[in-house]
Amino acid sequence: MSMTMTQKILARHAGLSEVHAGQLIQAKLDLVLANDITAPVSINEFSAAGFDKVFDKSRIALVMDHFTPNKDIKSATQCRQCRTFARKFDIEHFYDVGEMGIEHALLPEKGLVAPGEAIIGADSHTCTYGALGAFSTGVGSTDLGAAMAVGYTWFKVPAAIKVKITGHKRRYVSGKDVVLTLIGKIGVDGALYQSLEFCGEGLKELTMADRLTIANMAIEAGGKNGIFPVDDITREYLKGRAVRSWEPVEADSDAEYTSTLELNLDEIDCTVSWPHLPENTRSAREGRDVAIDQVLIGSCTNGRIEDMKAAAEIFKGRHLAKGVRGIIIPATQDVYRDCVRLGYAEIFLDAGCVISTSTCGPCLGGHMGCLAAGERCVSTTNRNFVGRMGHVESELYLASPAVAAASGIAGHIAHPEDIVSPEHECHGGGSASPAGTETSCLSEVK
Amino acid sequence: MSVLKKACGTAHKYGDHVDTDVIIPARYLASQDPKELASHCMEDIDKSFREKNRPGDIMVAGLNFGCGSSREHAPVAIRASGVSCVIAKSFARIFYRNSINIGLAILECPAASEGIDDGDKVSVDFDTGVIKDETKGTSYQAEPFPPFIRDMIAMGGLMASLKQQAEAGKSQN
Repeated sequence: MSMTMTQKILARHAGLSEVHAGQLIQAKLDLVLANDITAPVSINEFSAAGFDKVFDKSRIALVMDHFTPNKDIKSATQCRQCRTFARKFDIEHFYDVGEMGIEHALLPEKGLVAPGEAIIGADSHTCTYGALGAFSTGVGSTDLGAAMAVGYTWFKVPAAIKVKITGHKRRYVSGKDVVLTLIGKIGVDGALYQSLEFCGEGLKELTMADRLTIANMAIEAGGKNGIFPVDDITREYLKGRAVRSWEPVEADSDAEYTSTLELNLDEIDCTVSWPHLPENTRSAREGRDVAIDQVLIGSCTNGRIEDMKAAAEIFKGRHLAKGVRGIIIPATQDVYRDCVRLGYAEIFLDAGCVISTSTCGPCLGGHMGCLAAGERCVSTTNRNFVGRMGHVESELYLASPAVAAASGIAGHIAHPEDIVSPEHECHGGGSASPAGTETSCLSEVK
Repeated sequence: MSVLKKACGTAHKYGDHVDTDVIIPARYLASQDPKELASHCMEDIDKSFREKNRPGDIMVAGLNFGCGSSREHAPVAIRASGVSCVIAKSFARIFYRNSINIGLAILECPAASEGIDDGDKVSVDFDTGVIKDETKGTSYQAEPFPPFIRDMIAMGGLMASLKQQAEAGKSQN
């Protein structure tokens, strides 16, 4: 029987030769993850059920990233609870302030997720690791608490939607624009209970950072997971990084999909999601009358070094518009260090931005950049629900780092081309130069 | 936990894509206390919910209820508010799992979601999946929980069921 990539991974982890959509299975897990908001509930469940050991101390990751450095006494108490638990059970991958980063940027960076694996996390954006060819999905704290104890969980095997990527990425277009365009087409429940499986010639245009951003937002289309085939880009990323040996999985050529849709990169422009749903997409060129108060560049969606670079290219030699606040949140300590090393930090400071410690913070209205009533923010985060970043009467516009930076400089939603005229482009490429061919004025990531 | 058989209460109706950020805003997630979470349940989209909601009342919503964050605090807040059942056209998958795991009854039934109006008296039979709008005298058929879910609830939720399985395994060895 033919299977999708996701179904093959699940079959392997369930010890079955085949599975079909709708089948209920029990699958072994390669890694289970929780953060400072969800882990305390999991730990309570774990303890209340009377468990006295974890299934594998090397396969549990606890990342203190949401309300850290702690914003108040309650959040400090939650982190202390996680710390105590990690010490008691000698959890190997416990990341606290000073070494932590936003979980879905941190785990791939540390090589803790690999192709063909099955991973759950008590955080909805756990689907990010599909970029590396893993099956990963978000669960709640009770599921996670049980998985910490037994190392397996139950799944309903999902059907899948095939997303064929073709064409070439235009200048300033990134994974964020691709995934927002996809969500705009299928809606916030367009992939409900299903996998999004990406394929096609256009994949070679998508960097690992692009793929991580796209897989990260599969949940914003209701998806159970989003997954990419393993290719040279994946192997290059994993080199010297993966901590476990891995074996890739391929979808069968005759696998069944509930539908197939094509995304032609040639047709994708810089895209923005208007309030209050990620599916409310429009071209960034339509936002010139939307004045803004804040831009935020960071999060598990867009806080990697490539995102910092895209923002720095726009900010270089320019300044935020008067009255606009710019908040930059490198997603991990390594990204932060690279921002300093490569000179991006100085560009951000010269532009009038603040550079925050790694935290999920404002993305979910926690701290470090919440909005007041009536305020508007262009944000590289993943959700623009009512009240997500603060007051219920604030407005969030989701965009790529390049669009957020351009908007910060313009004082309204802007396309990077509004800010960087072709003759002033430091990279020497035209507005439609194929990705990877332009020579940037900024230092390359080593 | 006893097995849930029936529910009866007043319907509180909401639209499509009710997300977990409005069910329980993240600014309250520094707490795990169900009562405290319940005191802020739905406040960002319906300030009157806390006032009008009575123990046993039923939430009725449209598509993709519970979308967004995986926070288990969302079904916990609804359950701790005294809501006996959520009926929706569809649920976001993490919310669906979480609800079953923590013992919040949920039913998918597009027709009931269309037909029931805010304020109607509604009753639910979980064994049969029959939903009745007592105000209008109409009735709807939802898919009842499959046996393994009923077993899980009967044993007191996911954690209790795993514990019982583990103990059964030990006694066999």
